[in-house]
Parts: sequence; structure tokens; C-alpha cells
Amino acid sequence: MSLKINPWRLLLKAGILFAAFNFAFTMLPTSSGNSVSLYNNLVPGRERLPFGENPTDAYNLSLFDIDAMFASHIISDGLKSENEYRVVIVGDSSVWGTLLRPEETLSGQLNALNLTNADGKNIQTYNLGYPTISLTKDLLVLEKAMEYKPDLVIWMLTLESLPADKQLTAPLVSHNPVRVRRLLADYELKLEFNSDALTHPTFWDTTLIGRRRSLADWSRLQFYGVMWGITGIDQLYPETYEPAKIDFEEDNLFHDWAPSELPLEELAFPVIGAAYSIAGNVPLILVNEPILISDGVYSDIRYNYFYPRWAYDQYRNVFSDMSLENDWVYYDYWDIIPVDEFTNSAVHLSVAGEEILADIISEMILFEAAR
Amino acid sequence: MTITQILILAFLAILLGWLTRKRQRVNLLLTASVLIIFWLQPALPLRYLDFFLPTFSIGFTVLAWTLTASPEERYKKETKTSAAITLGIILLLAATRYLGLTNFLTPTRPPAIGQILLLLAIFTVGAFLLTRQRPSSSNTLLWAGFALLVAFFIILKTPALVLIASRGWRLFIGQNANLASSSDIHWLGYSYLAFRLIHTIRDRQSGRLPDLALGEYLTYVIFFPSFSVGPIDRAERFIKGLRQPENSYRDDILVGGQRLLLGLFKKFVIADSLAMIALNPLSSTQAQNSLGAWILLYAYTFQIFFDFSGYTDIAIGLAQFVGISLPENFMEPYRQPNLTLFWNNWHITLTQWFRSYFFNPFVRALRKSRKISAGMMILISQLATMILIGLWHGLTWNFLLWGLWHGLGLFVQNRWSGWAKVRIAEASISSRAQRILSIFGIMLTFNYIALGWVWFVIPDPVQGWQFILLLWGAA
Repeated sequence: MSLKINPWRLLLKAGILFAAFNFAFTMLPTSSGNSVSLYNNLVPGRERLPFGENPTDAYNLSLFDIDAMFASHIISDGLKSENEYRVVIVGDSSVWGTLLRPEETLSGQLNALNLTNADGKNIQTYNLGYPTISLTKDLLVLEKAMEYKPDLVIWMLTLESLPADKQLTAPLVSHNPVRVRRLLADYELKLEFNSDALTHPTFWDTTLIGRRRSLADWSRLQFYGVMWGITGIDQLYPETYEPAKIDFEEDNLFHDWAPSELPLEELAFPVIGAAYSIAGNVPLILVNEPILISDGVYSDIRYNYFYPRWAYDQYRNVFSDMSLENDWVYYDYWDIIPVDEFTNSAVHLSVAGEEILADIISEMILFEAAR
Repeated sequence: MTITQILILAFLAILLGWLTRKRQRVNLLLTASVLIIFWLQPALPLRYLDFFLPTFSIGFTVLAWTLTASPEERYKKETKTSAAITLGIILLLAATRYLGLTNFLTPTRPPAIGQILLLLAIFTVGAFLLTRQRPSSSNTLLWAGFALLVAFFIILKTPALVLIASRGWRLFIGQNANLASSSDIHWLGYSYLAFRLIHTIRDRQSGRLPDLALGEYLTYVIFFPSFSVGPIDRAERFIKGLRQPENSYRDDILVGGQRLLLGLFKKFVIADSLAMIALNPLSSTQAQNSLGAWILLYAYTFQIFFDFSGYTDIAIGLAQFVGISLPENFMEPYRQPNLTLFWNNWHITLTQWFRSYFFNPFVRALRKSRKISAGMMILISQLATMILIGLWHGLTWNFLLWGLWHGLGLFVQNRWSGWAKVRIAEASISSRAQRILSIFGIMLTFNYIALGWVWFVIPDPVQGWQFILLLWGAA
């Protein structure tokens, strides 16, 4: 048997073809604004944005492609109906619902209330929370969420999401440098001092090889969508977990800042102004989310793991003043949840805690929806 | 094997294929195979065992060769060379402990040189004593070797026995016996090693085994492309390619490269993607409805095929690089119109092995008894063979049920075929109708096999039954 083919010539041709294909790939846009997805077509959309660090068991994964993330969400399921009053909730893991099933989260519980607005429209709430605490990360999500024509935006936030050094280090932010730089430029946000956190895409990053991670993530997201459809599972629910700390060291630092006054120039309040610009005519409500108020050792110094009392108290005062000054709609629900209704973090609520919060937020929505 | 390991092996095989065309073919392939079985052996929590197990693999192979080789072969010059190469490599690997090269080619730090020398001395003395055997005791020793291989096999495939063995090793080596687990021992390639050794032992007993030099025998048994995943080649077939490559180097590179790429695609693209949605013990309890359960099952059905046949393609491709054509193991098994043809095309070399060394002798023994009907003989022999194939995967209830499932399926199909063949011939049905019947047969066979995988993948038979009920909407 002789194949009459020169293997080295074959290898060379294959190499050239591969290189050509790779370079041709650079002509495809890195972000098309939409993403092809099995979700909402062959498999049901997810009730929260994809996030997970244990994909094989949780059937969920963390990725950086915001378009693919939204395409997998139930909010992308067809056009908004005439009879829908659409509410989107943006925020951190407390909104996303760590340790909670989709129906147990804030938006899940709000939907279970079957609220209607004054015009008789069904109030449909969408969970657009995403773990990691950073206002800029929320801004990225909010910007994308506006494409889905919400009637009301609720932004749950907390002091920990404000320090400027945290803004660009969230993985979702640092891996979306083009979007983030555009937001920084459009809204004149001065966060460049830690823009080293942003990745710097090169020409090679736009080739097929360079994009292999995002392509693999997209593919895995589709496969795990099948498992989500079959099992309804999108995170691990351990039988036990380490509860949030209520005893502390004698430590009154907040992000290396000692008591006196919070350095306002180091807090990303301007991001909230940018969010109002992005929301435009759509009402945007800011909610200072509930935190754990501990009653353990040194709780006279700290409210919880995140916050010394002096810093948090100042933040609330400043936030309230700034809201009045800028006409921001601001609700402060920091202390409405009993300490027993927090789970593994000072901002993660139990099912009962979410129920308490949902009752209050539902009143707020009905009030805002009637305006 | 990881993709990195496979690519390293591919590079090595291409280099070896070129180097071994003209000279030192057996010695170079033997050297590579010995090194690679140490390199591929996974790290184990039992101290030094991940060094001793590949050493045992080589030791057992040498003892089996001594049992099966003719006296003339034993004393050839090549035998001494092969023995020196093998011993030299093991000692060199052991020396990495003292050269600051730990984990270079072994998964963990090798044991002290004294312990290795002691083990090698035991094997050498064993081999020497076997050469002194009287011809009258030869057959007894061959049976003893066979029994020893099966005994190790039973231990490794029985979780409770692995646990006992792990405890024993921990006590022996001075580790905490309370930390022993039934997953502590993973002897890379033992199954295939045992199949090859038993094949040579049984063929020696029947006088069919060709003369093999020690180097050839060792290379056949621990040949690195097929050591851990098969196929199970026959010695006489393998040896032809080992002694003289059939094709030119250029053609081997082309054919092997094509096969390697196909295998990589099957394993790392298709099978690994399907693995994300394939049935497993956890997902079998999480599926919410019948449709979802079928998706999990079909995904597993294709995943196991692409995974296994992908690895086989990789092995065949790597072997082709060095000029050896391994036998095919999977030939469109899911497109077969009945279960017998499925087994003729699924893991072909394993099926052939069981046919040669269990089914045929067993049927002959049953025939001699002459007390049972032909139908009963078919039922018993097929059940026994398939149960053995099932238990080869592990001595647990679910694998027994899987074997039973296929044994019964083969029997029913055998009876049906005998009955239907005559009637179809009498009815002289059209070719179109025959095609429809064939398609129906393929679908029925495929789904029967797919359902059988439930027993294979879910260790708890009760849980497996629950899943089957869910498939039919009856859970």
C-alpha cells in the first residue's frame, strides 16, 4: 500500500489553512450584541444569570460574554408582551440568590405574589443580580438590561460595592475591557487609576486561538443549559455551610481606612449617576440592601464582617444626602432583616429573610408603578 | 490520558517510528514502553505503590514469558539484552530519588533502592526457578499463573477486597490504615495486561503460541499505545508488525496521523462535550421528567462510544506511527440490526478474547455432558459469557445485571432469529420490506443497548430500576 502523499507537504498545507482560518476569524466581531443560544429555544431560559464555580455538579458556569449570559436568561424569551410591567433587579450575590433556589430569591418571591400595577398589567420581575460586589459590574449589567425595555429598575447595593479599587477587578468587568472603557468614557467616570485590572486585548486575542476560551465557555453554557432544563438545578445546595461571622477581632478598619471620615473621592458614587443616565426615562430605584447586624464579640465596633460601624453609618448618611442632592430615588432597608435570617454572608438572606424583603419591595414596586 | 500526554506520546511515537525502521526496533520500543508505563501510572495515596505496580506489571510479564517460552528462547543473547534494558530502566527510575529528579518520570518519589533491588531479586529468582521446572509440571505452573492473574483481577475489581488490600499495604508500609479507601488502588493497564498474559498462557497450553523472545513478549504485553486502553491484540499478529513494519514510514505517518486526529476529536470534542449531559448516578436522581431522562441516557450511550472508540483510534494511530497495525475495536456498533452483530462490532478484541478463552471451551464442555438441550446450552453459555464480561468491569451487582441483560438479550435474539429466518424466507418479502425490518432491528437493538447502560452507569440497582421507571414515566 502506498498513499502517494507527502506527509510533510500535507502538514504544511494544513498549517497554512489553519493560519488562514485563524486570521479570517479576526474579522468576526467580538461582540455582536446578540448571541446564538439554545436557551429560550430548545431549553428553558435561566431564571438568573449564569454563574458557577463547580459546573459539573451545578450545571452552571461563570463566563465573561455578557451577550451569551443574557441570551441564556429568561428575559430573552421573546418580546415583552403588552400586558407586562417589567421590573429588573440588579445587584450582587444577594440578588442572584446564593444558596437559594430560583423561586426563593427576591425576584422569585416577588413573582409568586402575582402583582399587578394600576393599569392591570402583570408585574414581572427579572433577577439580573450577579455575584461579586462592584458598582461598575452592576453598571455593565444594567446597560445590557436596558435593551430589554424594563419599566422599572431596582438596584440593590451596599457600601462594599463602592470602593474605587474594587470597581474594575471583578472578573466580569476586567474581561470586558471594550465595554467598560466605553462606559468610562461616555459617562466620564474616573476609574482609570486601577484600569490595569482590565485586560488589554491584542490582535491575537481576536483569532480563533485567542478566542478559544470564550468559545468553549459559550459551548459549555449551551450543554449545561440542557442539564438546567432537565434538572432545574443551577447551583449547589449544600446541606451545611459556614454561617456568617458574628464575632470579630477588635478591628475598625474599612478597606485600610481608619475611622474619621470615609474618603468620598475613593468611593464610586459617580457610577450611580452614570446608571441614571443609562436608565434615561425608566425609573431607577436605589435600595441599600439589608445587612447582618451582629450581636457577638466586638459588635459594638463592627456590624459584620464587611463593615465597621463608623464607616457604614457615614455611608448611609452620605448616600441619603447625595440622593436628595441628585434626585435619586433611594430606599434604605439596611436593618429590616433579623440576624438569624442571614446565611453564609452578611448580605445573603435565608428564604424567610427574602420573604420579608420581598414584602417590603413589593410595596415599593406598587408605589413606584403607580407614579 | 490527558491531551498533553497523548501529544507527547505522539511526538515520541513519530520519532521512534523513524528510529526503529532500520535497527534496534524491539529494544527501542521496549525501552519506551517500560518508561511510559511508569510515567502514565497515576499517583496513589498508598506510599510507593505507584512505583511498585508498574514494576509488578513487568515482573508478572517476565514470569509469564519464562513459563511460556521455549528453552531455546530463554538462553538467547537477545534475552539477556532485553532483561538488562528492563532492569536498567527500573533502576535508573529508582535512582531519580537520589538525583533530585523526583516526579520526572514517576508519579511520586520512588522507594529506596534497597526495596526495589529486593523486589527485582524476587522476580529474578522466581524466573530462574521457573526455568528449572520439569516438563511434567509445566502445565500445572501455567494453570497456577492463570489463577494468580485471575486472583489479582478479582481483588482489583472488588471494592471490599481493594479496601482490605489498601489497609494491608498501609500497615505494611507504616501509613494510617484508618484512611484506607476502596478507591486507593488503581493499577494502570492491569486488565489488558492480564488478558494478554492469559492469552499467551492458554495458547501455550494448546501449542498455538509462536516463539517469542523476551523483548518481543514484553513489548507485546506493555506496548505503550495500547497498554491501558486496548485493543487486545493477539501475540502472533502483533509480532509480525513488531519484527517488520508492513508499510513505509511515510504511509504510517499519514494513516496514523489521520487516525490520531480522529481519535482526539472523538474523545476530546464529542465525548467530553456529551459527558456534560450524560447520565451519571447523580443526574439519574435529578431528572424531572421522562424526556429529560431519555436525553441523559442517549447522551451517555453516545458518550461511552465516542470516548472508548476515540481512545482506541488514538492507540491505533500511535501504534501506526511505529509501524504496528493494531486490530480494530469498534466498527459502527450502534448501526447493527441485532445484538449478536452489536457484540461482533463493540470492543471487538475483548469479545473475541472471551469467545476464544471462555465461550468456546465452555460450550465444548457443555456439549460433552450431553444432558442439556441445545436451547438451554445457548442460554447458559451466553448468560455465563456476558455475566463474565459484565463482572470484568467490576465485581458489583450492577455489572452483573448488565451482563445478565445482554446475556438474555442475546438468547432471545438467537431464538427469534432462528424462528424468523425460516418464515421470512418462506414469505419471500420484498427488498423494501427487508430494509424496513432492518431499520426496525437497528432501532430496537440500539434502544435495548441504551437501556442496558442504565445498569452499567448506576451502581445501585434499585436506583437504576427507579431510573428505568422514570424513562417510562412510571416513577
